[in-house]
Amino acid sequence: MTARAQVAADQLQAPPADVAVSLRDVDLSYTQKLVLSDCSIDFKRGEVTTVIGLSGAGKSTILRLINGLRRPDRGHVFVNGLDIVSMPERRLNDLRARMGFAFQASALFDSLTVFDNVSFPLYEHTKLSRTEIRKRVDETLEAIGLSDVAERMPAELSGGMQKRVGFARAIVNEPEIILFDEPTTGLDPIMTHVITDTITQIQHRLRPTSIVVMHDMPSVYAISDNIAMLFEGTIIEAAPAAEFRRSRNPIVQQFLEGSEVGPIPL
Amino acid sequence: MFRASTYLRTLPRPFPATRRFFEYAGGLTLLFFDAVRYIVTMRFRPSEVVKQTAFLIVESLPIVLLTSGFTGLVISLETAVSAVQNGFDFVIGGSVAYGTVRELGPLLTGIVFAGRSGAAITAQLGSMVVTEQIEALKSFGASPTKVLVVPRLLACLIGMPMLTTFSDIIAVYGGYYMAWLRAHVSYTTYWNSVNSFIDFIDFEKGLLKAAVFGALVALVACYEGLRTEGGADGVGRSTTHAVVTAIILVFAFNFALSFVLFQ
Repeated sequence: MTARAQVAADQLQAPPADVAVSLRDVDLSYTQKLVLSDCSIDFKRGEVTTVIGLSGAGKSTILRLINGLRRPDRGHVFVNGLDIVSMPERRLNDLRARMGFAFQASALFDSLTVFDNVSFPLYEHTKLSRTEIRKRVDETLEAIGLSDVAERMPAELSGGMQKRVGFARAIVNEPEIILFDEPTTGLDPIMTHVITDTITQIQHRLRPTSIVVMHDMPSVYAISDNIAMLFEGTIIEAAPAAEFRRSRNPIVQQFLEGSEVGPIPL
Repeated sequence: MFRASTYLRTLPRPFPATRRFFEYAGGLTLLFFDAVRYIVTMRFRPSEVVKQTAFLIVESLPIVLLTSGFTGLVISLETAVSAVQNGFDFVIGGSVAYGTVRELGPLLTGIVFAGRSGAAITAQLGSMVVTEQIEALKSFGASPTKVLVVPRLLACLIGMPMLTTFSDIIAVYGGYYMAWLRAHVSYTTYWNSVNSFIDFIDFEKGLLKAAVFGALVALVACYEGLRTEGGADGVGRSTTHAVVTAIILVFAFNFALSFVLFQ
């Protein structure tokens, strides 16, 4: 496809301007197993949207689709109005430069110090001087309350601190879109509170489009502008947080109540 | 919508082993050209190349010195006494140096390098895959080839000839020690023999072989590491596979290069 045809195709089906990310009719399967089926959802610009769902439902896969780490078998993924499904890797990398991704297990580079980890996106995508990078990394680490760990290795940090360093790496280049994969999973209640607080602060400071995947409901309510539920490969409900809590969908209600009784098979 | 790839997937696939071979060879070739693209355009961190070179040399040097030292000793042990008894003491140094510099030096160093440094590279990259570090790298728009493969490839290209030089020196000196100990061959006789049997060009060709083996080990190790699947079990499988494949390729390329360079 020529560049002009690509632009035309992108504009043909592009979502409205207030939608930063959009999935349209996406199918994706891993080794014969259908993970996403006819999945469609819009993520509004500058807001926090949380995707909830059962473990293994395909929530993290949505984040990987948005980042271009996975390509769908069918359907479209729009980021800033551009369909990234057939986008060449080089163009996709330009788009990724404006995205931050905080991984579930932090995924810090274990051979690099905290400073080198956090500065990595800046060295890759900016032409800042070493002094400017040092300043930016110090500011980011300070913003998440980890100003004294810059020269330590990831293995020397606790799980919660690693998560926060992962956040710092995701936000250091002030991205337009931030993807958070299970940010509170496996953490104690105090650290969970610290993490949700950090997400709220990031949102307040940078106003990015944040897409969060988690199923810890108190944290979901604490940070979300919108909530969507993924069930059996498709989005069954997506609404502003207050409206979502009042949903009459029995599957949503069973999930929110954490009840064993209901339409969700155990 | 009709998709050819979906239709083709349903067809029976003949010759699975042949297909796997070509997939593997194709994957290695693509990785090589991808790495060359970054090297030619100088898009890599030189400091990382220096770090990797130092790491890989330090990893392999003690084993290389031991294996090559013993090889020199054993060649001399087998030839020295009977050569002196038959009046051929002027060939002892030459036979050790000839075999070492042209063949055994690069070959043994390549095998040790594959087993030690190749395994370390695959295990490291494999662990990065299973802990999502490679995905993290990609998610920031960075190429694993540029950040991880290129420094290791260059480190192996630089490191293998250096290790082979050490290996050659230790083997030839080991040979002299055994010739002197067992057959009382003099220093002058031994070194005159070495000088008469080999030229500097032989040494250079040996180093060229070493560089090729270094590139092979790096490519196979990185390729296997980056396509690791599963958890710790997958890392173990990739590492074993990388070492075995690299050693086989080192033997095969050694034959091909000897054929081209020395015939």
